[in-house]
Amino acid sequence: MEDFKPVLLEAVGVPNGHTLASYLARGGYAPLKRLLTEKKPADVVELVKASGLRGRGGAGFSTGLKWTFLPKDHTGPIYLCINADESEPGTFNNRILMEDDPHQVIEGIILSAFATRASTAYIYLRYEYPRSWDRLQAAIDEAYAGGYLGPNIQGSGFSLDIYLHRGAAAYICGEETGLIESLEGKRAWPRIKPPFPAVEGLFKQPTVVNNIETMACVAQIARRGVEWFRSIGVPADPKNPRDPGSYGPKLYCLSGHVEKPGCYEAPLGITVRELVDRFGGGVWKGRRAKAAIPGGISMGLLTEAEFDTPLDFSGPSKVGCLGLGTAAVVVLDETVSMIDFLHNSCRFFAHESCGQCTPCREGTSWSLRMLERIKQGKGRLVDLDLLLEIGNTMGMMPGSTICGLADGAAWPIKNAIKKFHGEFADFIRRTNPDGWMVTEPVPALAILGSHASERLHERKKQNTSRF
Amino acid sequence: MIAAKNFLTPEMIAQIEALAPRYPNRRALTLPALHIVNDALRYVPLEAVVEVADVLGLAPADVQDTLSFYAFFPQDKPAGEVRAWVCRSISCALRGGEQVLEHLCQAAGIEPGGTSADGAITVEAAECLGACDFAPCMLANKDLYKNLTPETAAAFLRDVRSRVTAD
Repeated sequence: MEDFKPVLLEAVGVPNGHTLASYLARGGYAPLKRLLTEKKPADVVELVKASGLRGRGGAGFSTGLKWTFLPKDHTGPIYLCINADESEPGTFNNRILMEDDPHQVIEGIILSAFATRASTAYIYLRYEYPRSWDRLQAAIDEAYAGGYLGPNIQGSGFSLDIYLHRGAAAYICGEETGLIESLEGKRAWPRIKPPFPAVEGLFKQPTVVNNIETMACVAQIARRGVEWFRSIGVPADPKNPRDPGSYGPKLYCLSGHVEKPGCYEAPLGITVRELVDRFGGGVWKGRRAKAAIPGGISMGLLTEAEFDTPLDFSGPSKVGCLGLGTAAVVVLDETVSMIDFLHNSCRFFAHESCGQCTPCREGTSWSLRMLERIKQGKGRLVDLDLLLEIGNTMGMMPGSTICGLADGAAWPIKNAIKKFHGEFADFIRRTNPDGWMVTEPVPALAILGSHASERLHERKKQNTSRF
Repeated sequence: MIAAKNFLTPEMIAQIEALAPRYPNRRALTLPALHIVNDALRYVPLEAVVEVADVLGLAPADVQDTLSFYAFFPQDKPAGEVRAWVCRSISCALRGGEQVLEHLCQAAGIEPGGTSADGAITVEAAECLGACDFAPCMLANKDLYKNLTPETAAAFLRDVRSRVTAD
């Protein structure tokens, strides 16, 4: 840890680090020709599988294993989709990679396409990243000119085209089948699985969807080897045969109430406290931390007492969070109202629910309305039970939705109310002294009344969070 | 050749066609085509949807169905010359993003999603812009504005207005 040097972020701060010349000078593209000419696709799959690389997009599924799900005897095209939709609140590591070292990403894509026998790769890039678009497109153009893309790459006989595809500001496009639907020109409604994309994905062909940071890891594994990758991070738990371990470097996005927000590279397994103190310069303004999001808002909340949780693939779930997610840590200082936090979270998910599954569409929008009512001083203690019920019943885990967006919406609700129950209860008692104990259902029309259009402007003002 | 359209210029159609070889079917051109139209017109009116559908060989309802899902392409009137997305998600909200949004809207005399009377600016409430290291932040056309305060947001608005009046 002490002598750990950034690898994925090597180009950050290097003048013109995003150019082909700089990437070549740093040893980039060196293993590409050898692997493409001397090795078979299955060898590269085995290499990545042996490294223990788990997808960096959020779910943490083994990348090499995902590739093996492709049919072996498929005669038509196989597609590689690169998920650059990011969008998880607090997350920006893909943006840094695309802006500062696009060739590292492209080399990973070439190797992954070779391994999966894809000859077309689409990078689905969110609309909000125009600079990433320009940097990636310039790098793709350089790679074509340098013989790293196009037909017969480096004389290997392998051909690949990479195309950028621009999103339109929808969070759900980060879900892999939502991304596929969107690429096909449709609304980004996630698909029911099975069939999984590896069997029937983009344009009804076998498809692999991988994250940008995963691609950068593939490039580094090819260059530095499996042993190097496995020497970093947290080994598999020998007592748990289902734990594949958390190997390799990871990009942690640190934001919120810290002195130095930023994207920092560390071995998997660093704790929140180490991250905040060593990289983030501590909590801002000399204040104390109250809580933190461990890996994007959909992973839930850690209390300050849980800051020693290691941020590996299994750490956050041991303290009730959904998982490591995108490893985006957002620190909340002692002045933050958890009611404001949860309102912000519920508003995000109500806005981003794609509307396809009723439990998610209704659950996210009603939890937002309840939080708005609580903020207006009309909360009742039973609302907390009702919010928990919504949280416990929407999602893939309770089996009521097609994709995991609802689980991500549920986790902040469940964590915030369970871990900060006293604060919610106190707030409700204090702001609704006459009604906090009422248990009769709130008439739906009365709630709708608080959303009537003539009060819209006033409501918007009231609901502006005051962090 | 496709006949001239009311909204889609031959240049726009050529841009769309240039992307066609990238995809095995024309429906996948829907989002790229909508972006091409929106980049040029700052909105995609219903008539343009019909024209895009005609170019792609799709039913207008297919294109409208996709378009309406994203809540990204204005349809009633063009967005302002500058479309400013102010982030309100958690990392920015913790550092004053909502106050920046409120100040900018008040200074421009609009609600989030509205366009100023002079057509200079549309202010949108955005979900996470992926620039949490510079919170609170704003994406205005292609430019990222970092670590905003109500004062720097006001200065940004003055700058936008002076540029538009100078045009």
